[in-house]
Amino acid sequence: MGQPESDAELIAAVLKGSTGCFEPLVQKYSPRLFATARRYARRESEVEDIVQEIWQKAYAHLGSFRGDAPFEHWLMRLAVHVCYDFLRKHQRNRETSFTELTEPESDWLDRHVAGSEGDPENAAAAKQLVDRLLAQLSPPARLVITLLELEERSIKEISQLTGWSITLVKVRAFRARAEMRKLLGRIAKDKYL
Amino acid sequence: MDLNRLQQNLFAQARSVPPSDQVPYAFEKRVMASLRAAPPADAWLLWGRALWRGAAACVALSVLLSVWSVWPTNDSEPVTLESAVFAAAEEPGEAW
Repeated sequence: MGQPESDAELIAAVLKGSTGCFEPLVQKYSPRLFATARRYARRESEVEDIVQEIWQKAYAHLGSFRGDAPFEHWLMRLAVHVCYDFLRKHQRNRETSFTELTEPESDWLDRHVAGSEGDPENAAAAKQLVDRLLAQLSPPARLVITLLELEERSIKEISQLTGWSITLVKVRAFRARAEMRKLLGRIAKDKYL
Repeated sequence: MDLNRLQQNLFAQARSVPPSDQVPYAFEKRVMASLRAAPPADAWLLWGRALWRGAAACVALSVLLSVWSVWPTNDSEPVTLESAVFAAAEEPGEAW
């Protein structure tokens, strides 16, 4: 019999005790997990800790993977839970007040007001502003905005990833958008009034 | 200023800068080393921990109940077993 290649074969081999068969899974899915973790943590050491924790949990709970959905879906659900736990643990450290806009952020707002939208050169400034705004939101609000607006996932997908009911996702999304608009309103008021 | 439009524009621009998916060098080796170094999950140990936690909660509850039961009440007359048993029979309105 040859080396196991598919996810299902690798998982079956790991469950039989061949720990080494877990490594190809780590190699295959780590880029996706790093991209996900970088949406919630800024420092690279925190990102690494998050991804390592996801893999430790995946290994420990591999027996609960039933195989009726792709392994990636199961892993992403686990990743979202670990990231959410990270946000909740670091809730006290989140920024409580918005410091002044940086020059690129301020320029981006000026361009928006002037009506020149979709300028790809300033996308980094917009991303920075969004990240700073997200850092001020509560963990559920930040998670739901990230999944809904930045990863463009549907309400149903978010419900499956988080384990929240569809109604709860909708309520949290509504509140999160309102929370963010309030912050934006404050920034606009400080800048233009 | 239209805050809805501003918000949507911000999200659209932020989406165009996805986070990096770069994995640190030899990360998978580190993960595998940590998995191999971790002690295997001991079911008895997990059960033991859960039972100790349960025992601690039970002790706390029994202490609270003991304190509550010996706490002096505001009733001027102490309720004796006899008065409690005959309380219903002595109700004046309960005549047949």
